[in-house]
Amino acid sequence: MQAFTTLTAIAAPLPEPDINTDMIIRVERVRDLKPEEMGRYAFENRRFRPDGSEAPDFVLNQQPYRAARIILGGPNFACGSSREAAVWALAGFGIRCVIAPSFGPIFANNCYQNGMLPVVLPEATVQALTAEVMASGGTAEVTVDLERCEVVAPSGARSGFSIDAPRRAALLQGLDELQMTLRREPEIGAYQARDRAARPWLYPTKETTP
Amino acid sequence: MGSTLFDKIWAAHVVSDLGDGYALLHVSRHLLHDGGGASLKQLAARGMAVRNPDLSFATIDHVIPTTPGRTRETSTPFTARITVLREYAAKAGIRLFDVGEPGQGIIHVIAPEQGISLPGSLIVCGDSHTCTHGGLGAIAFGIGATELLHVLATQTLVQRKPKRMRVRFEGERGPGVTAKDMVLHLIGHVRAAGGVGYAVEYAGAAVRALSVEERLTLCNLSIELGAKIGLIAPDETTYEYLHGRRYAPAGAEWDAALAYWRGLPTDDDAVFDREVVIDMAAVAPQITWGTNPEQVAAVDQRVPDPAAEPDLVKRQAMLDALDYMGLVPGTALTETPVDWVFIGSCTNSRLSDLQAAAAVARGRRVAPGVTAWVVPGSEAVKRAAEAEGLDRVFRDAGFEWREPGCSMCLAMNGETVPRGQRSVSTSNRNFVGRQGPGARTHLASPAMAAAAAVTGHIADVRSL
Repeated sequence: MQAFTTLTAIAAPLPEPDINTDMIIRVERVRDLKPEEMGRYAFENRRFRPDGSEAPDFVLNQQPYRAARIILGGPNFACGSSREAAVWALAGFGIRCVIAPSFGPIFANNCYQNGMLPVVLPEATVQALTAEVMASGGTAEVTVDLERCEVVAPSGARSGFSIDAPRRAALLQGLDELQMTLRREPEIGAYQARDRAARPWLYPTKETTP
Repeated sequence: MGSTLFDKIWAAHVVSDLGDGYALLHVSRHLLHDGGGASLKQLAARGMAVRNPDLSFATIDHVIPTTPGRTRETSTPFTARITVLREYAAKAGIRLFDVGEPGQGIIHVIAPEQGISLPGSLIVCGDSHTCTHGGLGAIAFGIGATELLHVLATQTLVQRKPKRMRVRFEGERGPGVTAKDMVLHLIGHVRAAGGVGYAVEYAGAAVRALSVEERLTLCNLSIELGAKIGLIAPDETTYEYLHGRRYAPAGAEWDAALAYWRGLPTDDDAVFDREVVIDMAAVAPQITWGTNPEQVAAVDQRVPDPAAEPDLVKRQAMLDALDYMGLVPGTALTETPVDWVFIGSCTNSRLSDLQAAAAVARGRRVAPGVTAWVVPGSEAVKRAAEAEGLDRVFRDAGFEWREPGCSMCLAMNGETVPRGQRSVSTSNRNFVGRQGPGARTHLASPAMAAAAAVTGHIADVRSL
């Protein structure tokens, strides 16, 4: 997994509440494409009109936001479906970090699996950051520093954010969760032996009532 | 201080405490649908084995066509996805319920129905509506593709423990009110982000009175209020439902399981981080009017006016939703004409759902210009419905009686509502484009969907 340490980049404001993962990547793209092919279909319904032409009023079609690597999102960002393709599509577009007041819970977990950082900040803080970015026409960059757990606004204003220590450590070092868990195989084996003795009905080997 | 149902189940699955609220959790049941074939293949490509194939169960639901008369051999543009699952499930030794056999169907319908999902267990699946299984008293949640690989390889998952919320539905259900209406009403009340960060336990007299199938419907929409976990304490209703099912414990193991399950319900002195009480007297049959399940109203209401919304961001969201939905503020919702009706999905495709819809359809006709589909949730549901003649009731009324699968809920199999057309659907998401690009979706209960089909417009099932 790609490590995440510090990022200074263009941040695209997308303050709508409840943006869902269906909106981020359509289901037929999830079905038909490889993860690395999804970037051009991120926010497809918003970026493109039904005839395939670009929708000029959508923020990610505008300069300088076409080069955004950060999204300033609204509450409940990426709610809905568990599709990890939502993260792959954003990553394919170039996004490495989303800052929002809250996230869809499965999306947040999927971010951590892909070196993408979901930063939770209070709604007022995200709004202030958004206002500042927009006042600069989008050219003023935002810094996200995972070492110090801080978001630095273009003005220099710093906002601390909290992130769970295990998630932070894995992102900073680009660690693969699966590799770490495989080292715990003896604990898993011991758990299963205990659990199988205590709750044998949870370990079926066949149908009980064919 | 006592423990909640959620805390008890969580504690029983901790393999290792990772600190900071994190745990390595053991997965009792891993459910796979046709999206899982790629993960099995990926695992094999990494030279790794499925750690516990007997704890995984698979079926085919998302991309399978639901065309009447479909068989295992029916070709589809997405056959490759199905073939990969068949091939790698067989190699790994994972039980796959294939087309045409009892056990095939929507994964969240078949796992409870087959006795695979059990109280006190921890269930995951690469699908956000895995919260459905919480209706049996389990911790069940959706996971992404990388987490899925982790489960296949280790039978465990790293998770942060969420906060606990309890929603008590107090009082009795009024006429026409179903579990679907209860949960849509709740989402309208706490909004779509109201459950973010929580595991939600549903309780109260009105929940205790629900059948298991209704409980599954209630828990199914937990993710639509932002909670990836929703659950209901098991009770006699649960045990009666499970006893004798195909993979449920039997004999002495049943007795041992029952004794264990009886200790699971939340203790009287347990404390929740948030409590919500819903008065059932306030719950009427619901219909969504927007592009998010929180944009919902009682069916006898009017299309809301964005001008009355003080929050500018929310107002804009309402304006966008009404524009997409082609609705005019102030119009009675029941004056809205309908083109499509879809009765199906992991929310509402079980036998009792079809019975409720058939009760409305019986002796009536689908209105001219309306296309109405009934897609049973599983092969077993389909057979049971046919045994009591429900297929005939629907066909006689002009509905199409189809084969089990996810179908038009998410339209992944290419079964879509045409652009600009309006659908009343018993599914779970009314997102922009969910049922096909440009499709307009109104969520409702099966009886309400059937009422829309026979009247040709959104209808109050109580007035039929």
